[in-house]
Amino acid sequence: MSLTDRVMGDRQQLAYIASQAADARLNVELETEGMTLNIGPQHPATHGTLRIIARLDGEQVVWAEPSCGYMHRGYEKLTEVRTYPQVTTLVNRIDWLGSFANEVPFILAAEKLMEVEAPPRAQHIRTILFELSRIANVSLFLGDLGVQLGAITPVFLAFRDREYVLNLIESATGGRFHPNFDRIGGLKDDLPAGWIDETRAVMKKLRGFCDQIEDLLFGNEIFQSRTRGIGVIPRDVALQYGLSGANLRASGVDWDLRRDHQLPMAWNKADWKVWTHPDGDSFARCWIRLQETRESTKIVDQLLGSIPAGPVMAKVPKIIKVPEGEAWVSTENPLGEMGYYIVSRGDLGPFRVKIRSASFNNISITPWLLRGVYVPDIVTILASLYFILGDIDR
Amino acid sequence: MTVVLAEIPYWGQSLLRVLGGLVAVLLPAGTIVYVFLFKMMSFMQSRLGPMEAGPYGSMQLFAEVGKWLQKEDIVPERADARIFKMAPIIVLVSTFLLVAVVPFGPDAWFTDFETGIFYALAVSSISVLGILIAGWSSANKYSLLGGLRAAGQLIAYELPMVLAVIGVVIQAGTMNLQKIVVAQNSGSMFGIDAVGHPYVISQFIGFIIFMIAIQAELTQAPFDMPIAESELVSGYMTEYSGFRFLIFFIGEFATAGVFAMIASVLFLGGWGVPFAWFGWTSIDSIDNWMNFAGPLIMFTKMMLLVFIIMWIRFSYPRLREDQLQRFAWKGLIPVALGNIAVTSILKVVF
Repeated sequence: MSLTDRVMGDRQQLAYIASQAADARLNVELETEGMTLNIGPQHPATHGTLRIIARLDGEQVVWAEPSCGYMHRGYEKLTEVRTYPQVTTLVNRIDWLGSFANEVPFILAAEKLMEVEAPPRAQHIRTILFELSRIANVSLFLGDLGVQLGAITPVFLAFRDREYVLNLIESATGGRFHPNFDRIGGLKDDLPAGWIDETRAVMKKLRGFCDQIEDLLFGNEIFQSRTRGIGVIPRDVALQYGLSGANLRASGVDWDLRRDHQLPMAWNKADWKVWTHPDGDSFARCWIRLQETRESTKIVDQLLGSIPAGPVMAKVPKIIKVPEGEAWVSTENPLGEMGYYIVSRGDLGPFRVKIRSASFNNISITPWLLRGVYVPDIVTILASLYFILGDIDR
Repeated sequence: MTVVLAEIPYWGQSLLRVLGGLVAVLLPAGTIVYVFLFKMMSFMQSRLGPMEAGPYGSMQLFAEVGKWLQKEDIVPERADARIFKMAPIIVLVSTFLLVAVVPFGPDAWFTDFETGIFYALAVSSISVLGILIAGWSSANKYSLLGGLRAAGQLIAYELPMVLAVIGVVIQAGTMNLQKIVVAQNSGSMFGIDAVGHPYVISQFIGFIIFMIAIQAELTQAPFDMPIAESELVSGYMTEYSGFRFLIFFIGEFATAGVFAMIASVLFLGGWGVPFAWFGWTSIDSIDNWMNFAGPLIMFTKMMLLVFIIMWIRFSYPRLREDQLQRFAWKGLIPVALGNIAVTSILKVVF
């Protein structure tokens, strides 16, 4: 018995065996043959250039494998020929929907090596922007979920309300999509005037958006019948495949780096909850993300009220040279755990950077997860796993 | 009207009928596309929709048609070219065949067919053939899956549709669509004849089943698995481009219009208003202006029904293939059969 068979959920395994037996009987009479379906690299379901090679028997998947690398941009290698301040420009293109969140772990790792710490005001604003990029990212997921399931309206609502968040990010950082705002030792600038009140109003709107999505999608019987009990990842399998983020919490693992890691960020200054769901199915993953968006708006609201006064930049030299050493920092990004392992030789740029992005690990479970499901469920499962192509291929 | 027509030679009559059929199919289709697909969907999704071509983008459809006509007519290399080209036309033809029995006024009809609804249900299934051969001849795996899904779905939902209609046929005592209209408008409920007797009230279950079934027959969400753009790219239409895609596209909305017309004839009283309003007693005593008002009344009712279809389409996610089949066989068909039984018992009792 192979490892994957042992960890396959009982229910799924039984369904799979039963369908195989039924097909075997049929095959004797009808001589049917399987079909290999290439889902991607260009396919509306994969919102990027992910390719899923699926071996089908009728509409049932017998074997599936993701094939990535169509958008590989070599970020790990590129960072070696950049100086530290330049690297943030690169890495915020990894998960392009939550760009600011990509910069933070890298900056934190560099700061750890240099033994500087951003002033409290900068930490607060960093956390707020981090959560804003999470909201921008996950709200689009909530809309996109509808499209993958055939409901075309939610995605427009998502785009509408994400725009408010992007406007906030733009007015604070100057970049709508790629802020490049985080600096070693603090932030580039302070917040603009009136930003805090505006953010409060937007957070209220976003909570309204979450309620709307919950009404429109999560309460819908068709949505529930399409996602409940589909693509179940048991707790131990989720841990074995190295899932992180909402995908892991949906399998009942209480794991959130924002709470568990002691980082120089302001999360511990707000009162919020880490949601978990015992089911581990597609619905649980989507529901966790919905709840997380709500929690994020709460975090932002609370932190806005308690931004300490002071500078946003610590005293760092003009030309940044990171002392020799190695550092690993990971944070809870919108897609899951994202971390940077920096090896420094005391130069202007890093000697080697290993980027751990969440989607690459999250997508690695698909061969296990897609076996025995129907073609329409491939789309639901992929949508609920939620990956960004840039985050897979880097 | 018939008197006027009788003086025109046969070829003239035929020409008029063809023109009338084109208008009856294409005008509602265009209106549906503009009002619902372009505008209503946009407003539901907090955007404006087309605004450039004509006032409020009302000429957008003509611009779209112009664009499609210019596009290259691509036939995949390994496709069965002749059948591939034929498929969209079969789909559209079934729509034109359907509209032939729909009455638009006391004398405004194309054919006054005694077994009208039987004929309509029969020809409506021709479109399955078109879709199936489109999927099969495209030599594309997505098309094939889409075509097979469509075939399974359309066959499964034909049955509840037929069964829902039987209730109406039992109540009206006729299969002639014109007589069904007259029966509804000249009837009365509890002695009150001011509202007539639209079967949407007495056959409410049948009406709901019929609407669900045409939603599925039209492959609109939540029953749009044959197209399922997030799974199958575009289902059986994946390989079609230019003019042939346009025919599929028009066919989809024209069929929506014609099915809504049939539903309004069966359940909402079709072209008529309750006869008691104007003191009419039978179809012969109806004033002639009804031949002009009738199509407009019909059009209004059709738009109302298409509005419901489109409203559901734009807000619901998609079912899965097996859930869809289960819903038809285990849900709709038993309910429809029960409806027939109850209707026939009540028909005998009263």
